Amino acid sequence: MLTDKELGHIAELARIKIEDSERERLKKDLSSILDYVEKLNSADTTGVDPLYQTTGLVNSVREDEPRDEFPMNEALLERLVGQAPHRKERLVKVPSVLNKK
Amino acid sequence: MNLEKITIKLAREGLERRDFSASELFEHYKARIEAQNSELNAYLIVFDNAEHIKEEGILAGIPCAIKDNMLIEGTRCTGGSKILENYISAYDATVTKKLRDAGATFLGKTNLDEFAMGTSTENSAFGPTKNPIDPTRVPGGSSGGSAAAVAADLTVFALGSDTGGSIRQPASMCGIVGLKPTYGRVSRHGLIAMASSFDQIGPLTKTVHDAALVLNALCGHDIFDSTTVNKPVPDFTAKLDLSIKGLKIGVPKEFFGGGLAPEVAEKIKEATKKLEGLGCKMSEISLPNFEYGLAAYYIAVPSEISSNLARFDGIRYGHSSASAQNLLDTYVQSRSEGFGPEPKRRIMLGTYALSSGYYDAYYLKAQKVRALIKRDFDEAFKKVDIIVGPTAPNTAFKIGEKASDPLALYLEDIYTVPVNLAGLPGISVPCGLGKDSKMPVGLQMIGKPFDEETLLRVAHHFEIS
Repeated sequence: MLTDKELGHIAELARIKIEDSERERLKKDLSSILDYVEKLNSADTTGVDPLYQTTGLVNSVREDEPRDEFPMNEALLERLVGQAPHRKERLVKVPSVLNKK
Repeated sequence: MNLEKITIKLAREGLERRDFSASELFEHYKARIEAQNSELNAYLIVFDNAEHIKEEGILAGIPCAIKDNMLIEGTRCTGGSKILENYISAYDATVTKKLRDAGATFLGKTNLDEFAMGTSTENSAFGPTKNPIDPTRVPGGSSGGSAAAVAADLTVFALGSDTGGSIRQPASMCGIVGLKPTYGRVSRHGLIAMASSFDQIGPLTKTVHDAALVLNALCGHDIFDSTTVNKPVPDFTAKLDLSIKGLKIGVPKEFFGGGLAPEVAEKIKEATKKLEGLGCKMSEISLPNFEYGLAAYYIAVPSEISSNLARFDGIRYGHSSASAQNLLDTYVQSRSEGFGPEPKRRIMLGTYALSSGYYDAYYLKAQKVRALIKRDFDEAFKKVDIIVGPTAPNTAFKIGEKASDPLALYLEDIYTVPVNLAGLPGISVPCGLGKDSKMPVGLQMIGKPFDEETLLRVAHHFEIS
């Protein structure tokens, strides 16, 4: 069973706040899934390379030339920047990253 | 006009004979949706009109439904999540653009488990979809809205996405055809990413022939998705009628272990007899690492989810907490308010698997097991052309029956996830009703990479015999 400390640590990394009312349920759910995946330990993977994707493609590259599939105009700007909760003219406005002291 | 259970093929013939017009066909479906959607909740968004009726194209004038995790420019796309409740698509997904180019019209966007995470469509932030065959039951998931819309004839066909079974399993539970193409066949540009090394888009249709037709429209290399493979795309309908006599079909013994409902096992055994009767050479095969498939999947996929869903931060789009006081609060509160329980569970699980000290034990181990699963399939395909078995261990269950047990819901995908782990094409075709539940059973067929032609051919012969 995950401890409260472990759960708190994961939540902090994941940028998710766990309400007290969710805590026990989440601990139980995550622990039962982690118990289930324990069975991976009985698979013999000695000398096996991990498989991260299945296409076999390596380094898909293209010519370094300008493309124009998405010409920027007012309509596209509104669809992109216009959906941000805060903006200043053509830019997305973000809370300050560094605290002023 | 009689448009009951109309297929793409029939609709195209009707349109060409001018029995009805494309706008009449669209209105026919709109009326059906209006009458039935309040009960089924298959559609989240319904469009008023077919904005672009074309005369030319392989899908000209054919109305379809799009799972609400794929973008249609200028329209809402929720991903089944409160965090994207008001998001307006900034561009077309490649698949919606391709369907548009082929002449298809869009009826609306279909319900799904939040961010396509689930096997019952009960995880949608906008309420569950009901199974049209028995509305007390789930339609499967996560493309449950698309499957229900096709099964209830609220569209001619639909698109779904499949990360671990999300096209095939709901197709099975609703008694229709669902095809997951080979990883790399179809571009995911404009699909809300869940687990990028698994996600694949495909059709849910009333017949195998229709699935082949839609696949024709969807395939191809895309500069916006560099995992798409630059391979020639055949006409997938061309060889459907070629004989399947002598084709070698493998049945994995591991697919008939504990957890498989007897009524499903019975139907699958009947189906394999039918294939034998059609002249296929059936043999028992082994996928020795099958038992580890689901465990590997539930480490690898949440890991990719925790990374992909990091983009939902309340800064650029989507829900942003009104009460946040600083940058960290904006992240934490927006995500905590916006995500439902299942995305939270999977983000947490993936974050844990990738965190310092656990990476080797979980993530790396799972990816090694993934290599073993792929190796098992590679070995099997040296001996057989197609692998068949059940799509899901159970028929459609009751709404709420498994809702409190995430692991029980995960187990519904036990036969479909190995196919995604190995990047193979898979299809579910109806093979009768279970004798206890009286609900549809799906036969899953699995093909060699990029050999959808043989897969569709066998499925077609099975369907019409």
